Amino acid sequence: MIDYLNALTILANYIIIPGLAYGSQLALGALGVTMIYAVLRFSNFAHGELMSFGAMSTILCTWALQSMGITLTLIPTAILAIPIGAGITVLYCLFVNHVVYEYYREKKIDTNTYFIVSIGVLFFTAGLIRLIIGPKDQNFSDGNRFILKAREFKEMTGLNEGLAIKTTQGITVLVTIILVTFVFWFLNKTRTGKSMRAYSDNEDLALLSGINPKKVVLITWVFTGVLATVAGTLYGLDKIYKPFTFMYLVLPVFASAILGGVGNPIGAIVGGYIIAFSELIFTFAYKKVFSYLLPESIAPQTLVQLLSTDYKIAVSFLILVLVLLIKPTGIFSGKEA
Amino acid sequence: MSFLIGENMVAGYGGENILNNCTIGVEEGEIAVVVGPNGAGKSTAMKAIFGMLDLKKGAIFVDGENMARLKPQERVLKGMGFVPQSNNVFTSLTVQENLEMGAFIRNDDINDTMGQVYDLFSVLKEKRYQIAGELSGGQRQQVAVGRALMTRPKVLMLDEPTAGVSPMVMDELFDKIIEIADTGVAILMVEQNARQALGIADTGFVMVQGENKYTDTGKSLLANPEVRKAFLGG
Repeated sequence: MIDYLNALTILANYIIIPGLAYGSQLALGALGVTMIYAVLRFSNFAHGELMSFGAMSTILCTWALQSMGITLTLIPTAILAIPIGAGITVLYCLFVNHVVYEYYREKKIDTNTYFIVSIGVLFFTAGLIRLIIGPKDQNFSDGNRFILKAREFKEMTGLNEGLAIKTTQGITVLVTIILVTFVFWFLNKTRTGKSMRAYSDNEDLALLSGINPKKVVLITWVFTGVLATVAGTLYGLDKIYKPFTFMYLVLPVFASAILGGVGNPIGAIVGGYIIAFSELIFTFAYKKVFSYLLPESIAPQTLVQLLSTDYKIAVSFLILVLVLLIKPTGIFSGKEA
Repeated sequence: MSFLIGENMVAGYGGENILNNCTIGVEEGEIAVVVGPNGAGKSTAMKAIFGMLDLKKGAIFVDGENMARLKPQERVLKGMGFVPQSNNVFTSLTVQENLEMGAFIRNDDINDTMGQVYDLFSVLKEKRYQIAGELSGGQRQQVAVGRALMTRPKVLMLDEPTAGVSPMVMDELFDKIIEIADTGVAILMVEQNARQALGIADTGFVMVQGENKYTDTGKSLLANPEVRKAFLGG
């Protein structure tokens, strides 16, 4: 019995808890991608850089707060800085929309051109970020590092294996629940939210009904900016903030959105968790788990790892390709990806 | 002059004219039906009247007011309602949300109007929390008409409201359209089912090559041997 509990603890510590945190970050990212796709009908490849921009803005605000002596002792000060960081990012989104996307939207350009435009925005934003904060890693997490330490868990339960929950992981999950609940409430219950869904569903009929496309687009960018900032900041807090990782992060984020059904908000959330757990499940070394579960004579000598962690990104790429081949509309039948 | 009138309309896509000096109108509380062969420009005439297509010549008046320079959304504010032929509901929204979106430009209380729409289409009340895309063809058309009624239009324009529905549902829809006209709304509709549509029409227009070749009451058109022979199959 104890062996089973030990095995379970390892899985919880290395897969379930990190998966929930990473999945939440992907879900928030994918929700932003999906909202842009639903309303503006293009794949916004600059979304990874928007997350980076949001995280950067939050980091700068965090430093400013810290230098003024304002810190939160229990949780990272960055949480306090997120609203300001999000505000800056929203302004940046609106600026880019105004000078770039709006021009192409009014010309009714096709989606492929739009998507190339977003790649241009990606490079511009990436350059801007490196100019402002530089290409180096930034560690901006402060406050209590752990909600539950591995040693405390061992003392509490008497198990051999420890279970640690980082503060950032707890906050990630909590903030995600709050933000996602708000987004769904807004889309389903408010007049503006319904008009966004109506515009996404049938643009011509929305125009006939007097829905103002400019307003819908602006509100979509506000949501995108906030979601990107929160996702980017939580990712940076949980791991570390490296400007160039966001270039790679865009892949699992898109895989999540497409797996769930691009344009479908529920799909984006579910997709985020599936991708996160798949990456962890396929790259985890199960040797220790099996050593608890199997008798010593047949316990594995190798690492029992399906893929090296270096191939993490390949897992989401593989899922992306499979979804596009088998069911391009994704699990929740969004728009054709 | 009629309550709604599109006078001597000339319009088309690119250089080609589809409408050639076409005049269509309808009075309050009456039903006007536009029939004619495929490609005669029936739908184009509707689009032109609603402002989705620019006129090269001619004019459009509602209650004596010139609509020429107004965008479709602005015409909605002036009391015009339009039900397009296809993609005329928000398929991923519920029935009730469809009606709410129909009333988007209104800032006053819409509950009374919604109640009237539910009284008219009782099946929609039962299905108000259902997704519109899951309804049958006839029910969807009811949602589409209901959506357009939410702005309390003085003129309701319908582009082939019975396209793709069974004859039984068609009769039911026509009954509802008569009920709407009885409340004082002017109804202008394009129909493929010429015989049945002319049967309920106060005025009928037979369009040929972008022109209203015959204009008369519905009954007279049905009785007119030339019209019968050429357009109603004998």
